[in-house]
Amino acid sequence: MRFYLDHAAGSPLRPAVADRVSAIALEPGNPSSLHSAGRAARARLEDARERLAAALDAHPTEIVFTSGGTEADNLAVLGAARARESGRPRVAVSAIEHPAVAQAAASLGDRAVRVPVAPSGVAELAAWAAALDATCALASLMWVNNETGAVQPVSAVADLAHAVGAWAHSDAVAALGHVPVSFASSGLDLLSVSAHKVGGPVGIGALVVRRGLELAPLGFGGGQERLLRSGTVPVTLAVGLACAAEAAVAEPAAEVSRLGGLRDRISAGLAGLPGVTLNSRPDGSPAIVNATFEGCRADDLLLLLDAAGVDCSTGSACTAGVHQPSEVLLAMGRTRAQASGSLRFSLGWSSTDADADALLAALPDALARAHAANA
Amino acid sequence: MRVLVAMSGGVDSAVAAARLVDDGHEVTGVHLALNRNPEAYRSGARGCCSLEDSNDARRAADIVGIPFYVWDLSERFATDVVDDFVAEYAAGRTPNPCLRCNEKIKFAAVLERGLALGFEALATGHYAHLTRSGELVQLRRAADAAKDQSYVLGVLAQEQLRHSLFPLYGTPKAQVRAEAAARGLPVAHKPDSHDICFISDGDTAGFLTRALGERPGEIVDADGVAVGTHAGSHQFTVGQRRGLRLGVPAPDGRPRYVLAISAADNTVTVGAREGLAVSTMRCIRPTWTGEARAGEWRGLVQVRAHGEPMPARLTASGGEVVIELDAPASGIAPGQAAVYYDDDLVVGASTIAATS
Repeated sequence: MRFYLDHAAGSPLRPAVADRVSAIALEPGNPSSLHSAGRAARARLEDARERLAAALDAHPTEIVFTSGGTEADNLAVLGAARARESGRPRVAVSAIEHPAVAQAAASLGDRAVRVPVAPSGVAELAAWAAALDATCALASLMWVNNETGAVQPVSAVADLAHAVGAWAHSDAVAALGHVPVSFASSGLDLLSVSAHKVGGPVGIGALVVRRGLELAPLGFGGGQERLLRSGTVPVTLAVGLACAAEAAVAEPAAEVSRLGGLRDRISAGLAGLPGVTLNSRPDGSPAIVNATFEGCRADDLLLLLDAAGVDCSTGSACTAGVHQPSEVLLAMGRTRAQASGSLRFSLGWSSTDADADALLAALPDALARAHAANA
Repeated sequence: MRVLVAMSGGVDSAVAAARLVDDGHEVTGVHLALNRNPEAYRSGARGCCSLEDSNDARRAADIVGIPFYVWDLSERFATDVVDDFVAEYAAGRTPNPCLRCNEKIKFAAVLERGLALGFEALATGHYAHLTRSGELVQLRRAADAAKDQSYVLGVLAQEQLRHSLFPLYGTPKAQVRAEAAARGLPVAHKPDSHDICFISDGDTAGFLTRALGERPGEIVDADGVAVGTHAGSHQFTVGQRRGLRLGVPAPDGRPRYVLAISAADNTVTVGAREGLAVSTMRCIRPTWTGEARAGEWRGLVQVRAHGEPMPARLTASGGEVVIELDAPASGIAPGQAAVYYDDDLVVGASTIAATS
C-alpha cells in the first residue's frame, strides 16, 4: 500500500475524467477540418472550451488551450514581452514563481525584474509598487505558491500593474480547486491553469487571455487558438481538462473543508515533532503543508518516507536527480540548510485520512534516522 | 539484508545490483553525483558520472526493479579527492584518486550515510573477494585477475569491509557483460571507464596546469646540471619519458626518464633508465585490512592498479612500513599506494614516501 502526498506534482486521473476521455478517444477528426468528422471534433472542443470557461468564470473566447501549465506561463510571459517590447521592455515577476515563469523571465536577461517576497512567503505590495513602472509590459504573481501554499494578493497587484499600464498575469496552477478562482473578478489579464494538477490528463492546460489583449504568439503554424497557439488542438485532452476543472470546482466549500481538515491534522502532527518548523500558513492553501526539518537532509527523509510507502516531495526542482535547495524558501530568507531540509506534503481529490495517518506514523522514525545520517 | 548499491551507470554495478536482488536482499540503488559540473554525455571510455551515466544507472535500476536515488557528493568529492589530487601533484607526488575516493567517499561518506539510514551493507561492482575467518573479514583478489580491483580497495579496514559486498567476485568480466545482456540491461555493451573520472578528456597535464598554473623551472640531470626547462613540476611523474622536450639529447644518446620531482625547488631530475630502479620503499600512514602487523614478514607488493605483484620483505615499525623488493622495479612514484598481499589476501596498504 502506498500513500500519495504529492498532489501538487500531479493528481491521479479522476475516474469520471478517464471514462469521458476513453469514450471519445477513438473518435476521428481534426477540429480544424470542415467536413463532418472535423465538425464533430470541433463541437467537442468548443463544448470543452465553454465548460472550462464556466469553471474559471471566463468567456469561452478567452480560453487558449496549451500543452500544460508550463506552456501557458511561457506564452503569458514571453508573449507579453514580445508584444510590448518597444516602449515596455521589462517584465516583473515575483521571487517565488514556478520555474515556468521564473525561467521564462530569466531568458529575457536584464529585461526581467524579480520582486522580493516577505519572509512569510506572501508578496508585499510596497515592493511591487516600487518595481512597477511604465516600462513594464507585464507583472506576474502566482495565485498560490506551489511549494508553501501561500495565497498571494493577485488582485491588488493587478491593480498596481494596471495603474502603470502593465498587464497582469497569474499562474493559478496550484490555486484551481483549492481557492476560489474567478478570472472575471480577479482583474487579471492572463491566467494559467494545468489539467493534471486537478485530476485531468497530463499534457493539457490553458492560458486565459482577456478579450482584446494583443498577446504575441511564440510558435507558428496553422494559427489555431486565435493565432496564439498553433498546432492541432488535442480534443480528447481538452475534454479531459474541462471535465477535471468542473469536478475540481463543483463543491468548493466542501472540498476546501475536507482538504483543510487533513492539512490541519498533518500540520498539528508535525508541530508536535522536535526541530520541525512549518513554512505553510493557516491562511494558505488547504492542500499544502511545507515544513523544515532541522538537522536533516530532505533527500534522506524522502528516501526513508518512500521506503515507508509515503510519496512526498521537497517541492523544489531537481537537476539531474539531485535536489537543489528550494529557491522559494531562499527567497523567503531561509538558510541553504533550511532550504535543503524541507519537505512538502500536498493533498488532492483522492486524499484520505489514511494518507495523513501513514505520514504521521512514518515520520518519527524517519526523522531519527535522517538526523543520524546527517551527523 | 537491506543493501545499498552504488550504481555508476556502468555494467558492473548494474549486474551487482541484479544479483543482490536475486539473492533475496532488499536493494536500493544510489548514483553518486560527484562532479560539480557534470557533462551531459559520456564521451567513450573517458570520464564518468556524466548526466548520461546517471540516466544509465537509473534505467538499470528500473530494469532490476529497485528504488533509485541520486546523492550529491560533489562538494565532498571536490575537497577530499580533487583538491587532494592537485595538492599531491603540487607537492611533487603522484596520487591515486581512486583509492582516495574509496577511502573518503564511497566507503566513508556513502557507507556511513547508508548505515545511518538503516542499510546493512554497501555493495559495489568492484572485482574483489570477501571471505571470513572467524570474526575477521578478509579481502582477497577477485577470480578475474586482469580485472582484479583489490588494489584500490586496499585501504579499507574491518569497519568498512564488515559492511561491504562485492557480488562480482567470482566472475570474469566477459561473463558479466554476457549476464548483463541476458538480463536485458542496456549497459551490457557500454565501454568501461578508464583514467580519472573527473578528467573526462584524459588530459591530466592540462587539468593540473589549469589548477596550478604554469611555474617554469629547471630540468636537471642526476649531477644537478640543467638540461632543460619545464612549465610546472606538476606536469611530470616519476618514470615518465614522453613530454620532456629536452631539445638536446643525452650524451650517451639513450632516452631519459623522470627520476625525481622536487616541488620545493620546482626541479625535475632526469636520467637514464637505470636511475628508475627502486629496491626499497619507505612508506607511511599504514592501514591494515585485518590485524595490524609489526616486525618483519615476506609478501607480495603491488604499487599500481594493475601492476605486477612483486615479492618483497616488509618491515613494519613506528608507523612506517619499509619494503625491500627482491628484484628492482622501475618508475615507482612517491605518493602512490603500496598494497601488500599474502598470496591473494590483502594485508594492508601505505603511502610511498621515499624510494631508493
